[in-house]
Amino acid sequence: MSAFFSPFISKPDTVSQIMFKVLLALIPGIAMYVWYFGPAILVSITLASITALATEALMLKLRNRPIAPFLKDNSALLTGWLLALSIPPLAPWWLVVVGTAFAISISKHLYGGLGNNPFNPAMIGYAVLIISFPVHMTHWITPHGLGQIELGLYDQLEYIFLGVLPPSVTLDAITMATPLDTLKTHLHLDEHINEILNLPIYGRLAGQGSEMVAWGFLLGGLYLLASRIISWHIPVAYLGSLFITAGIFHLVDPAHYVTPVFHLFSGAAMLGAFFILTDPVSSPTTNRGRLIFAALAGLITYLIRAFGGFPDGMAFATLLVNIGVPLMDAYTQPKVFGKKARPADKTGGQP
Amino acid sequence: MRTLYKFHGGVHPPTHKAESTHTSIVRAALPSKLVIPLHQHVGNRAKPLVQVGDHVLKGQKIGLPEGRQSSAVHASTSGTITAIDLQLVAHPSGLPDLCITLVPDGKDEWITHQGVDPSQTPHSELRHQLRKAGVVGLGGAVFPSDLKADARHHKITTLVINGAECEPYITCDDMLMRERAADILRGAELMRELLGAKEVLIGIEDNKPEALAAMRQAALDDKHEHMEVIAVPTLYPGGGAKQLIRVLTGIEVAAGVRSTEMGVQCFNVATVYSAWRAIAYGEPLISRIVTVAGNVERAQNYEVLIGTPVNELVALSGSKPDTDRHIMGGPMMGVDLPAATVGVIKATNCIIESSPALFPPSPPTLPCIRCARCAEVCPADLQPQELYWFAKAKDFGKTQEYHLFDCIECGACSYVCPSHIPLVQYYLFAKGEIRVRRQEKQSADKARERHEFRELRIEREKQEKAEKLAAKEKAALDAKKHAAISAQLQAENSAAGTGDSHILEPVQSEAGLTKE
Repeated sequence: MSAFFSPFISKPDTVSQIMFKVLLALIPGIAMYVWYFGPAILVSITLASITALATEALMLKLRNRPIAPFLKDNSALLTGWLLALSIPPLAPWWLVVVGTAFAISISKHLYGGLGNNPFNPAMIGYAVLIISFPVHMTHWITPHGLGQIELGLYDQLEYIFLGVLPPSVTLDAITMATPLDTLKTHLHLDEHINEILNLPIYGRLAGQGSEMVAWGFLLGGLYLLASRIISWHIPVAYLGSLFITAGIFHLVDPAHYVTPVFHLFSGAAMLGAFFILTDPVSSPTTNRGRLIFAALAGLITYLIRAFGGFPDGMAFATLLVNIGVPLMDAYTQPKVFGKKARPADKTGGQP
Repeated sequence: MRTLYKFHGGVHPPTHKAESTHTSIVRAALPSKLVIPLHQHVGNRAKPLVQVGDHVLKGQKIGLPEGRQSSAVHASTSGTITAIDLQLVAHPSGLPDLCITLVPDGKDEWITHQGVDPSQTPHSELRHQLRKAGVVGLGGAVFPSDLKADARHHKITTLVINGAECEPYITCDDMLMRERAADILRGAELMRELLGAKEVLIGIEDNKPEALAAMRQAALDDKHEHMEVIAVPTLYPGGGAKQLIRVLTGIEVAAGVRSTEMGVQCFNVATVYSAWRAIAYGEPLISRIVTVAGNVERAQNYEVLIGTPVNELVALSGSKPDTDRHIMGGPMMGVDLPAATVGVIKATNCIIESSPALFPPSPPTLPCIRCARCAEVCPADLQPQELYWFAKAKDFGKTQEYHLFDCIECGACSYVCPSHIPLVQYYLFAKGEIRVRRQEKQSADKARERHEFRELRIEREKQEKAEKLAAKEKAALDAKKHAAISAQLQAENSAAGTGDSHILEPVQSEAGLTKE
């Protein structure tokens, strides 16, 4: 007989379900993405999913680990989706494949697989791609309604897999820089913020279309909070820190520093706050540690966006704060029962 | 309105309490034999007072407490002692222990017994009565109650009576409170007297409205002052003594600290009930209420004689055929009994019949993903994921740095772990290893001390020997010198005709000194 010990009951939650709910929470953002930028994102998500599962299986086999239970945990799938959402959908097929394969094999399995990676695998994949293939990483699709031409699914597929555009269509006609990138370029030209924000690429809060994708991720993030998959500490501290830092600069010099709300709804801020920084494996486990971790990430994101060489700083901010996680955990251990001098917190009267 | 306090974490497992509370407590039928372990309590094993073949009466003392921390054991019914030997007992170790086997004669004949009036009896005598009656903590700790009902070392202001009963399935305290509230409160009042406590706070989880009502009514009927029956939120492990004390008083009793040092003492409802029976009626602790639940036809609470074999007890409830194990306690902290034949002991609050369908094996364990859900539910504010990591790596120093010994083993962490890691087992393993190492270190230290002392002794003896030898040689040399000198003197004397041998005295006494 196998060992039989208490507790004999357990909550029905599994790693697989948690990861599945996170995937589910990405759907509103993805739906917005499809609405504003066409179905190409679905192609890259599919490519990333297949690559992630294949690489995961291969690595498990090479490491002599059981394949089925780990393939079912949905964690590789999540890494693939997050990476696909971070790179331009019209990028050539091999870009997604290389990035995902690198993320799963090098940054996850070489460190010991699920639960052991110090860095967020998707962000490692992103960093590798943006450093190795910077040009391919800038061809973002022009949002719905802004370009003269919009490609259908067939044309998008043909471009992704074969690099062939329909006759008389140039790449420039269907792609453009991201709102953050555009902002940076125009600020370098010494233009006033208000003029820049009048460009058609900008919408109500931030980028046309991309701000709606951010709303989608925010919605999914609220679902994760409500279903207690994530705690509030990381998203609130990250968005709060980004907001406050951006707010200070904006207040001091509104002509050169864009509003804090613009920052929250641009780039990967929402995706990062709810889906990337909250990766449990590569983030602190204590609540105070999470606050420090995410606040620091918000600050770094802003500094990279405002003063760095890259248009968005989310990925590098994540990787930089990932380094500090063991230290943050070690120095933020909460006081244990009976050893704290806390004033008694009350449940509020007798029921 | 009393302010209640929170403890960190906690979980809400399905309670499964309704199944066993439909019917009132039933007196379990007299079993074919009773297997009564002599070691059912914290402290020293009781010494058998009877021999094989002896006829004993119900309530007759058959085990004598040995040492201060020990408790008496009694015959649960009248009958004949058929064996005093090692048998499997209701303990997770699965190791046999000394038990007295008693075959009932069916008469259930009491030994003469009578109670005392607590108000007319000195406290020391009341404590002695509790010890003689074998009253121990029935909430699970089985600590001798007479030792706990003693306020000579610390001033006690608050007595907490634990009727929380937070573990799923278990309803023995619930039913006891519903049916025997008056005696529980009298027992609580007795303990308050013994401790000199100002107030008695009776904590009952709010999922037991009938028990709450019965206890409140009894408190009114008997006009118990200083006593308050309080509904506490249902939250596992809110029935842990430290958690309940926290909820009711706001006081956190740290690991390694006794609640009495902070002016609080805590007893379980069944313990104070038994204490009252012992004092007021002279009845020793020979039976208790046991919930039989799980894979049975009729879940039910029984008044069970201590020593009743578990298989005879569960048969009363119609244990279903696919039952493969018997759990003593609840599903969160209970233990898998080593055999169905073990006797019910004073710590047995519940028997859950288990089947693969009721408690299916947990899915395969995955690596820890550091989600920290365990830390969210830990009532001791620990970081279970860190403890797991260090215990797994056998880094026992780190486990202690992260307060391993503050863990109360409630199982909330294992319960919520999405990777299904048996966390508590890792902590038990680490605790065991650390205890073994401490003992090893202690005995190694002792051995080293002994060895060092031996070396020292040998060295000293060697030195003494050498000194003795040196002294001897010196003495011999001196003697020679002496002889030579006296010869010379004699020669001189004989030449000069005078004698003065005493000038040599100091030399001799010098030699004598070194010899000492």
